[in-house]
Amino acid sequence: MAEFLLELTVFDFHPCPWTWLAYTIAAMVHVALILNLVAVSALVFIWLERKISGRIQDRLGPTRVGGKFGWLQTLADGLKLLTKEDLMPNGADGMLFKIAPYVSFCASIAAFIAIPFAGGAYPWIAQHLNTGVFFVLAVMGLEVFGVILAGYSSASKWSLFGAMREAAQVVSYEVPLGMCVVVPVLIAGSLDMVVIGDRQAGLFTNWLVFHDPFTFITACVYFTCAMASVNRAPFDLAEAESELVAGFHTEYSGLRWSFFFMAEYGSMFAVSILASILFFGGWHGPVPITSMIGLGGETGSIGWGIAQALGLANVLFKGTVGVCMMIWIRWTLPRLRIDQVMATCLKYCTPIAAAMFLGATLWQYKLPGKNFFGLINVPTAVYEVSEGWQVKETEAATDDGRIVHGRIANDRIASDWRQPRLDRRGKRSSLVSTTAAELGERR
Amino acid sequence: MEGIYWPSFFFLLFSGIACAFALGVLLAKNIVRMAFYLVLSLSSTAGLFFLAGADFVGAMQLMIYVGGTLVLLIFGVMLTSQERFVEMRTSSGEWVIAFFIGLMLLFTLGKAAFGVAEWRGLDRATAEAVQVEKTVTPLAMGLLGARIDDPGKPGYLLMFEIVSVHLLVVLVGAAYLARAKRKTGGVGPNAD
Repeated sequence: MAEFLLELTVFDFHPCPWTWLAYTIAAMVHVALILNLVAVSALVFIWLERKISGRIQDRLGPTRVGGKFGWLQTLADGLKLLTKEDLMPNGADGMLFKIAPYVSFCASIAAFIAIPFAGGAYPWIAQHLNTGVFFVLAVMGLEVFGVILAGYSSASKWSLFGAMREAAQVVSYEVPLGMCVVVPVLIAGSLDMVVIGDRQAGLFTNWLVFHDPFTFITACVYFTCAMASVNRAPFDLAEAESELVAGFHTEYSGLRWSFFFMAEYGSMFAVSILASILFFGGWHGPVPITSMIGLGGETGSIGWGIAQALGLANVLFKGTVGVCMMIWIRWTLPRLRIDQVMATCLKYCTPIAAAMFLGATLWQYKLPGKNFFGLINVPTAVYEVSEGWQVKETEAATDDGRIVHGRIANDRIASDWRQPRLDRRGKRSSLVSTTAAELGERR
Repeated sequence: MEGIYWPSFFFLLFSGIACAFALGVLLAKNIVRMAFYLVLSLSSTAGLFFLAGADFVGAMQLMIYVGGTLVLLIFGVMLTSQERFVEMRTSSGEWVIAFFIGLMLLFTLGKAAFGVAEWRGLDRATAEAVQVEKTVTPLAMGLLGARIDDPGKPGYLLMFEIVSVHLLVVLVGAAYLARAKRKTGGVGPNAD
């Protein structure tokens, strides 16, 4: 966006001549968008949770505030929280007690910096990182730090117990979660989330969840582990109302408490969006309508803008579906005991994730360049977005007219990784240019 | 504002934060606060890596050091420590020794850092022309044995394997220690 501001010219007038101003404006716009996305989505999801839980328990949920569906209920709750007294226990460690909610909230928001909301050559992303997935996982792992600080500094046994449970749970569930994330990374050949998303362009058959049986199971394991790592029921031992009053946030009230709440909903949304990008096509809908009716086109045109906005809507919709799944599961299943939580992680999720990782590796080895359980070929367009070491089935004619079939890694491997992404726009088609003679030699 | 070289500004900002919180680790009395300052110091070191265009190392710093400190804090300190270690008092003798050792280390590191001619800063025009490249791909391929950044040179596969096997041994050892058989039978449904 900073580059865009610098290039912007309105009737020969250059509104943003300074580099520092362009970068500052770009950063502020991104931060404002992300903050509002997390805050507003938390408002909506809290309302949604109350409505869905009401329906599951055969009630109506909120009905009065704001008209028919009680859709202003969360706002009313927020106002109530604002007016509550901000209490702190006598024995509490003041500084850590005050700072803990912000640590959680910051970690939850910082994850959105590296999450793309639409792909292509100019993805809609706050900071396009080469290691997007890894960064998101690393930052989301820090959310637990706020919880532990809260539990320790509250000087309350309930809080400490809650924090300890959370620590044990999150540290163990990061292992299978990481293994599940590695599988799409392996297939797309990149840690860059834009590349992983664009690997799944086209029909829904290209989604990585349908890549092979192993990825299908991996997606399920990922969702389970993600739910545990954001502390949702049935893994909400850190809060466990019936045992620990409210767990780590027992001593918090008012706005500080609501920061923990926003952090929880923010990271639920983040892991759901991550799932949608890694397994469910990200900004690509089940049917590529935008490219069918000819939207897209040149970067910066109106058609491109509409296509990107539809991509954004896709990501947000899939993220919301993920959050709804989590709500559904929360109000359906009873809470697990701590030993059951650990057994689920160590005896089931971790070995299954490891086996799926091995399986997906073997599948890629035996059936490279195939999608949808090995039934259809990966479309050529995919190779144009991938980072350049995908193996492709090719055939080419040699000099004496023989047709040779072979598997080649495309040759951008040696030359093209140095190219920054922005420079690729013009020459995207010259990707697999291995000559027939070379191919013959390789056989 | 145009006169400021922004990468230098952010370098000073992040390194200032890192140093300030490192001092905080030294001066804090409470061990949990120390750990908190350590996390902040290490996080801004990650910021330095991101500033240098080393995304992968930056994310590694966040995952391993910052996340690792967390585990250290929980399992190493909060579960094992006695009351007297939670609030630490440092005697003045320890301060003096630590001061001199720290000073000597700082001198050695500073001498090494400023002694190498290639590590001295570039002039601004050269620095602004440097393009930050993607680093993850060559790094990962190098770990798998293929140096695509510098074809012909050996990769790092052996080292990678050695470290992996080492970590596996550590994990197996930890699991073995944790699962030590109890001689006495307990009571209750899970007694063996």
